[in-house]
Amino acid sequence: MKRRTLLASAAALTLAFGGAAFAEDKTKVGFVFVGPVGDGGWTYEHNKGRLAVEAHFGDKVETVFQESVPEGADSERVMTQMALSGADLIFTTSFGYMDPTINVAAKFPDVKFEHATGYKQADNVSVYSARFYEGRAIQGHIAGKMTKTNKIGYIASFPIPEVIRGINSAYIHAKKVNPDVEFSIIWAYTWFDPAKEADAAQALIEQGADVILQHTDSTAPQAAAEAAGNVVTFGQASDMAEFGPFPRVSSIIDDWAPYYIDRVQAVMDGTWTSTSTWDGIGAGMVAIGEISDAVPADVKAEALAMQDALADGSYHAFTGPINKQDGTVWLAEGETADDGTLAGMSFYVEGLTGEIPN
Amino acid sequence: MIRLEKRAQPSKLWTLATPFVAVVLTMIVGGIMFAMLGSDPFEAIRIIFWDPLFSEQFAAYSRPQLLVKAGPLILIAIGISMGFKAGIWNIGAEGQYIIGAICGAGMGLAFYPAESFIIFPLMILAGALGGWAWAMIPAVLKVRFGTNEILVSLMLVYVAEAFLASVSSGLLKNPDGMGFPGSRNLQQYPAAANLEIFQGSGMHWGVLTAFLAVIFAYVLLSRHMLGFQIRLTGEAPRAAKFAGVNPARIVFLCLGMAGALAGMAGMFEVAGPAGQITIDFNSGYGFTAIIVAFLGRLHPVGILLAGLLMALTYIGGELASLMLGIPGAAIQLFQGMLLFFLLATDVFINFRIRLSKTEAV
Repeated sequence: MKRRTLLASAAALTLAFGGAAFAEDKTKVGFVFVGPVGDGGWTYEHNKGRLAVEAHFGDKVETVFQESVPEGADSERVMTQMALSGADLIFTTSFGYMDPTINVAAKFPDVKFEHATGYKQADNVSVYSARFYEGRAIQGHIAGKMTKTNKIGYIASFPIPEVIRGINSAYIHAKKVNPDVEFSIIWAYTWFDPAKEADAAQALIEQGADVILQHTDSTAPQAAAEAAGNVVTFGQASDMAEFGPFPRVSSIIDDWAPYYIDRVQAVMDGTWTSTSTWDGIGAGMVAIGEISDAVPADVKAEALAMQDALADGSYHAFTGPINKQDGTVWLAEGETADDGTLAGMSFYVEGLTGEIPN
Repeated sequence: MIRLEKRAQPSKLWTLATPFVAVVLTMIVGGIMFAMLGSDPFEAIRIIFWDPLFSEQFAAYSRPQLLVKAGPLILIAIGISMGFKAGIWNIGAEGQYIIGAICGAGMGLAFYPAESFIIFPLMILAGALGGWAWAMIPAVLKVRFGTNEILVSLMLVYVAEAFLASVSSGLLKNPDGMGFPGSRNLQQYPAAANLEIFQGSGMHWGVLTAFLAVIFAYVLLSRHMLGFQIRLTGEAPRAAKFAGVNPARIVFLCLGMAGALAGMAGMFEVAGPAGQITIDFNSGYGFTAIIVAFLGRLHPVGILLAGLLMALTYIGGELASLMLGIPGAAIQLFQGMLLFFLLATDVFINFRIRLSKTEAV
């Protein structure tokens, strides 16, 4: 690593970089996490990516991380301190870190930043996200087949496009195989809060839901389903295999390791440029956890076939005809959604009840 | 046999000493915890308490950050400490902070993109009024119906959070934000931005207000009739009544002041360090301020020092977690110990330890 002098323009403070001396030749990679690394979901998988970077590069790399960093002013400080400590590349792994990442990146032009799930880029800020909605399509298919009460509960986190996309994708594919299916959606307004998630799962089960999908990161809904006995769940962000083969019948796994290794390599080679990455099952960023034997063999076969079709691009999870909730046409027969619309998705598809809170 | 004996008078010495004893005990027990986690305890303690102030690598950045972090804590703690002195337990400063931020940001965004020197003062006013109004709910309910202000103000925090979620994905949502929740960034709107008064000092208008609030509270409590009435209400409510203090007035005053200060803190935060209204804009300042208020002995100068100390443990804790890989939970535990030891050693203010051979009856 080269010794460098940083000029934080806003503060106009120049810092001679003594800290770099003991990190000679090592590429220092920082990670800012929104939850604890032991959340068993979102942050857990990002941390696995970090460990994969360490395992892959060995002595050539040093990683640091900070967990449970609140979004907002605190995250800006954490990132600045990370940059000051000599990090060459910093991954900020939650949507709410978007503006802070841009602010800090402007002060440290020599440090590369990678922001997950956002949309603001800069010369030294890349964005990356995964097409989780592809996994949701497979989940929706299995859920539609597995439900006996025709009621599917959905624990949503925040009303942002990523979450809305997941709800729509799951609903479309559940409805396709089970026209009577109904979705009940609970907005938990958290990414990780086992108590809240357990309450939400309990409420959904009491309303008669026998399949629960979640876009929150803890295993609390799995535990609630296990206690109820007859409720199907899916692992979210991480495999959550400890709840298999039932209630957890499958999962969406975020696999960040290949991307992280790629990007660290790019920094080492000096080939890093600001990019926008949105990969799905095909590129391996989204993986489907093993579908357990609790799922009938024919359903499992259909799900795997859909996984292959999504992977090779022969099928798009949003293929028309699809109407918006108000009945207007969104996608005509055979038309597929464009990335721009998907990225900013703020509407439900036809058949979903209730409103997106705002 | 060890037993506690009530002192005839609260000990002056211990009143002053317990915060320091608590800090030292926290260092010792926290150090043992860090050692058990496999980190060098001396290095960890040094990073937490020393490096943010004096490390070559970080101090130039983290020293101003101390003010940024301590500002809202002090401002809120000053407000609620008045109530605590009068026996009015406003636990819901977090809610008043949120509503103040929403009102302040809303006022600023209403003018977007106009540029005028009047916008920022109007935002401060809106923030203060918002927090005040939110605090008036438990005040009115308490005076009119005798409800418990602890419960009402606490519950209103959750109402405020729901309201925050609503406006950040609705009313105040950035029209250019591609459908994502969160308001425009006020840092990029010069007329509404809460900038540093001196570049690189961390001293933004909110920090200045916090310092002014400390002076104001000090004068009020020690030199003014109203301050006397507040203290009297807390220490001897019946005597206060006989002395002609109107309890309803004290309730309105204490809750109102706390609300207004918390609201201003929220406004300064959203217009400055945070920049925008987002779904989880609040990060617990309103609750941490309760610790600050007690750590500072409900005394304005004490609160000033306690706020700075708390900020130090936050920033130092972050550094320790970054440099040594100490888990975030351990840092929180460390901060929790501080309050625990403070409360535990507080017992020596009113009691003394007696060692006696005979069994006490």
